[in-house]
Amino acid sequence: MSGPKLERRAAMATLLADRGDLLVVPGLGSTTWDLAAAGDDPRNFYLWGAMGGAAMVGLGLALAQTSRRVAVITGDGEMLMGLGSLAPIGIQRPPNLAVIVFDNGVYGETGMQPSHTQSGVDLMAVAAGCGIAQCLDVRDQAALTDLSARIKNYTETLFARVLIAPEEPPRVLPLRDGAELKNRFRAALGLKA
Amino acid sequence: MSAADWPDRLFATLKRADVRQVGYVPDAGHSRLIERCRADADIRDVVLTTEEEGVALCAGAWLGGQRAALLMQSSGVGNCINMFSLARSCRFPLLMFITMRGEWEEFNPWQVPMGSIVDPVLKLCDAEVYRATEPDEVERAAERAVQTVFGDERIAAVLLSQQLIGKKVWIK
Repeated sequence: MSGPKLERRAAMATLLADRGDLLVVPGLGSTTWDLAAAGDDPRNFYLWGAMGGAAMVGLGLALAQTSRRVAVITGDGEMLMGLGSLAPIGIQRPPNLAVIVFDNGVYGETGMQPSHTQSGVDLMAVAAGCGIAQCLDVRDQAALTDLSARIKNYTETLFARVLIAPEEPPRVLPLRDGAELKNRFRAALGLKA
Repeated sequence: MSAADWPDRLFATLKRADVRQVGYVPDAGHSRLIERCRADADIRDVVLTTEEEGVALCAGAWLGGQRAALLMQSSGVGNCINMFSLARSCRFPLLMFITMRGEWEEFNPWQVPMGSIVDPVLKLCDAEVYRATEPDEVERAAERAVQTVFGDERIAAVLLSQQLIGKKVWIK
């Protein structure tokens, strides 16, 4: 691999530039802080818990909101806890669901312990093995910019692994009240809160 | 309807409640209901690898404006405990139908440890628990659960007793 790894906050900002009506579900931990740092929006459903659940929240949402695109943007540790969920996603394959994993090879929230991806577990291979045809390996700025464009116009289930640097930028904490997060998200979709 | 038609009455309740997504881990006791859901063009059936995926699926469905339900066996309740935090913290409606094992003419003793604590575990997780032991109790319990879940944005479970489902045939 050549050049420095992508910086997570800049990567999130690049992905969400001109987001249009994109609905975003980050995972517990760093990706939730990254999403908050990129700018609060009622169409962000931050997870302060439910580790391993981000991709399945995204699946239920994508199946319900067929006219909008959904991006789950989570970390490697969070995805590993819900690794099995790539199987139902691979069967359902909603054309409006993208699962993007910020893979830094460590559990950042708990003290940067090595994750399984650092020792050879390949999330791309798992996603492909579960039947997701579009699996993107994002390792540099050009590929990230391409992914940023794709998540606003893709037409089949997308999986992307974004290799990011193992760093810990200052936490940016979003709203914590789960009921309020849920209600404002639904209100932003024109649903009864 | 005959006594054995309780899964069809359960299905009718789901339809009346406008449930549009049904997550499940395959289960013999739920086989008829799963079959009905799979055959219905307006219900998206989502086969899960583990039950907690369904808790997250139901939350996502509600975020997107659809009602969902989760079918599982009693052993699956244990798999869900931490993920129930999602429903509790956000007051997501969570409707579950749970077929019981380990409580009546159970051949497999390994089903007893989880089956015997389903009721208190669910209550500790702030779920309303309704039980159906006789076929004619199923529909009423299901209707009450639907009201609790979608009316009050709560977690509720209908426990379908092993007596209702009938004992598993081990040697055919």
